[in-house]
Amino acid sequence: MKYPIPFDERELKLKANQMRRDIVESVHAAGSGHPGGSLSATDIMTVLYNAVLRHDSENPEWEDRDRFVLSKAHIAPAYYSILARTGYFDPAELKTLRKMGSFLQGHPKIDIEHGIEIGGGSLGQNLSIAVGMAIGLKKRGKQCRVFDMSSEGELQEGSMWEALMSAAHYKLNNLCIMIDYNRLQIDGPTECVMEVEPLDEKFAAFGWNVITIDGHSITETYEAFKKFNLLSAGHRVPEHDEFDPEKPTAIIGKTIKGKGISFMENQAGWHGRAPTDEELAQALEELNQNQ
Amino acid sequence: MARDWEMKLTRQGWADALIELGEKNPDVMVLDADLSKSTLTCQFCDKYPDRFCNVGIAEQNMINVAGGLSLMGFIPFATTYGVFVSGRAWEQIRTTICINRLNVKLGGAHGGVSVGPDGATHQALEEISIMRCLPEMTVLVPADYHETYKATLAAAAIDGPVYVRFGREKVPVVTKADDPFVVGKASVMREGKDVTIVACGSMVAEALDAADALAEEGQEAEVINLSTIKPLDSETILASVQKTGALVTAEEHQIAGGMGSAVLEMLAQNHAVPAEMVGIQDTFGESGTPEELLEKYHCKNTDIIEKAKKVITRKSQ
Repeated sequence: MKYPIPFDERELKLKANQMRRDIVESVHAAGSGHPGGSLSATDIMTVLYNAVLRHDSENPEWEDRDRFVLSKAHIAPAYYSILARTGYFDPAELKTLRKMGSFLQGHPKIDIEHGIEIGGGSLGQNLSIAVGMAIGLKKRGKQCRVFDMSSEGELQEGSMWEALMSAAHYKLNNLCIMIDYNRLQIDGPTECVMEVEPLDEKFAAFGWNVITIDGHSITETYEAFKKFNLLSAGHRVPEHDEFDPEKPTAIIGKTIKGKGISFMENQAGWHGRAPTDEELAQALEELNQNQ
Repeated sequence: MARDWEMKLTRQGWADALIELGEKNPDVMVLDADLSKSTLTCQFCDKYPDRFCNVGIAEQNMINVAGGLSLMGFIPFATTYGVFVSGRAWEQIRTTICINRLNVKLGGAHGGVSVGPDGATHQALEEISIMRCLPEMTVLVPADYHETYKATLAAAAIDGPVYVRFGREKVPVVTKADDPFVVGKASVMREGKDVTIVACGSMVAEALDAADALAEEGQEAEVINLSTIKPLDSETILASVQKTGALVTAEEHQIAGGMGSAVLEMLAQNHAVPAEMVGIQDTFGESGTPEELLEKYHCKNTDIIEKAKKVITRKSQ
């Protein structure tokens, strides 16, 4: 199927709900994995893959597709769900997550046929790949864009700042980084482990356009991507003179780790553990009620 | 008595081949990390500025930018000093380049103690070890200008990651411009029946000098130039060692995990013979001229001669 499809807030909310079901079910079936950050990135991923990213699941190698790079690659459960739900493979495969012989590895492995542009898992690496892709696409004269899904925790890696610097230097207005800013990492709150603030000022100082949004508002997220659509086409954004169409763009999404499952929300402990049978049942019940 | 060798820069072989590749293939790109005047990739930049990326002093970014370019169909050659390209960016090379099997070529300039006065921090003595342990990686250590030139062309023809190690100083030209160069194939530079000397890089000339001296004393050494460390040409090495029954390895690199280790890993499992290793013995370098350092750290033809005599004696024990 070809994307993007027309924006429909109600429809996208239902899709995000389905993605959350996939995440808790697949991590439960695997017995391990990373639900917290998958759930916080769900709404941004849903908007991106349905209403923004130019891609075609029936033609994964389509030359003129936008490229998606998963930087915070431990949220493989979210990635695999959106790929399955946009037609890259049968959603039944999600139950094979992290199992021997499955193409759904604990952290993604390159597999363009199934929509995975590049593997990942070691934080701080993939934004540089996205920079290389964005340079390459420009050299090829392509209008395609590159979207990199990162997080505030990943920004603690020094190599991220090398990559951010180079993206501005090479004027990669075809590159968008999305920060899933859920303020929690494995060892606790980001501000206690290693503060990354003031993030918007840091991005601006490194030569990026910065758009800060509520990363769980489907509409706000879509509006932010619409600005990037203009900027990446070389246009200015009406009534927003602060954005420069020669710069790369950062969308900082304020999010909640574990979003949508009451007992997982804002709990660092849910960064990397699977729900029990009882917890799964409760999670699915909550998601049913929130449809 | 050492031969009167013609001396030439190996890094010039890298630069000349890149320009030839750039001319033939519009997909060839070159990246550097603020050392293009030393690595001589500045010569490619002068000719093809649109296909040259200087990423600044940021090796980790350079490697994965090269990875991203390869995904867009380019053939990127990322170059800086061997210490930095292999060490600073090792995990990028492992996790992005090798696990994903990306078509990225790595140029490790200033390998060995050839960077002399800069001292220990800049002397690359561990790259062979930390590159050859990576699945998917091809590791080339050309012996002279001609081989570096051919290794660089050969790297472009391989679909996958390749590491090419070369040096800073002029080194003896031990091969001819029209000698064949095949990745994965060692070359027998001199035949002999008493001992096999397997050498790589600048140590090939030292091995040939050592063989001359040994011949004067009635010992015939077979000299093998092992310019591909991985994949290893087991066949050529085995055939030689089965004939001579004794081995000396010689490299401008740490003994642990380097070229000699690769050879001995293979022989221990197939045909163990008395063996000695010439190389850096578990220590870091220091400032000095390359020549002074090679002498102090026992990487000279005299060291090869001494070890060759030792293994020949061990054969009969």
